[in-house]
Amino acid sequence: MTARIDRPLSPHLQTYRWTLTMALSIAHRVTGVALYTGTLLLAWWLIAAASGPAAYSYVLAFTSSFLGKLIVFGFTWALFHHALSGVRHLVWDLGYGFGPAEREWLTWAALIGGIALTVIVWVAAYAMGGGR
Amino acid sequence: MSIDESHANPRRATSMRTPLGRVRNLGASHSGTNDFWRQRLTAVAMILMIVPVIIVVMMMLGRNHAAAAQILGSPIVAIVLLLFIVSSVMHMKIGMQVILEDYVHNEKLKLASIMANNFFCAVVALASAYAIFKLSSGV
Repeated sequence: MTARIDRPLSPHLQTYRWTLTMALSIAHRVTGVALYTGTLLLAWWLIAAASGPAAYSYVLAFTSSFLGKLIVFGFTWALFHHALSGVRHLVWDLGYGFGPAEREWLTWAALIGGIALTVIVWVAAYAMGGGR
Repeated sequence: MSIDESHANPRRATSMRTPLGRVRNLGASHSGTNDFWRQRLTAVAMILMIVPVIIVVMMMLGRNHAAAAQILGSPIVAIVLLLFIVSSVMHMKIGMQVILEDYVHNEKLKLASIMANNFFCAVVALASAYAIFKLSSGV
């Protein structure tokens, strides 16, 4: 094992005032982990569809239950939020949007856009006859 | 003490590098350009595909198994889903690995969890792809 040299750790959470970009950075990571675990659900859905009507009925039962809808709703938000926050990162990768006003605007856009898209898609889903 | 330190200004701090890092002649670790590029590539791929994928999922609503299976098995839908699965699995593997490298400090546990991450992603990818192939007629 390598000898552990005690590097000084800067206090962060106890010291710095929470900024929007800071909050959304950790939200990007948390939604990423949520999506990672959510792929299990997607794989289950596909495998059940490939297995036949009996297996698929379990998926339908899950998605019509309250808990199931809550999880899928959360997953939808996590997806849209992570995607828009990711676009924000891509903009930064290209070198744009680092100014103080721009980065705040980008961050707000990602946050509000994620919520808006989630609501729009879910309203549309209910209108299309889902959730029965 | 490295060779340069013996000639260095005595007021300079001692090196923070681990002996192993110095022996291996490594700099700071974290992600190399390979992962950086792959992460962006798969991200853009998924951004391009997200609208079709959302549409496919919405098409599942209110449909029974036979109808859902037929949609999922049709060529264009199957291809788009397969592309999305490949992109998302590569993306999530890299992403999770970064998280594990950030927070797991025990070397053995880190290796084990990175392996587990790789295996998880491989299983999800293969199982989902298998399901799609099975749903496609004739396979």
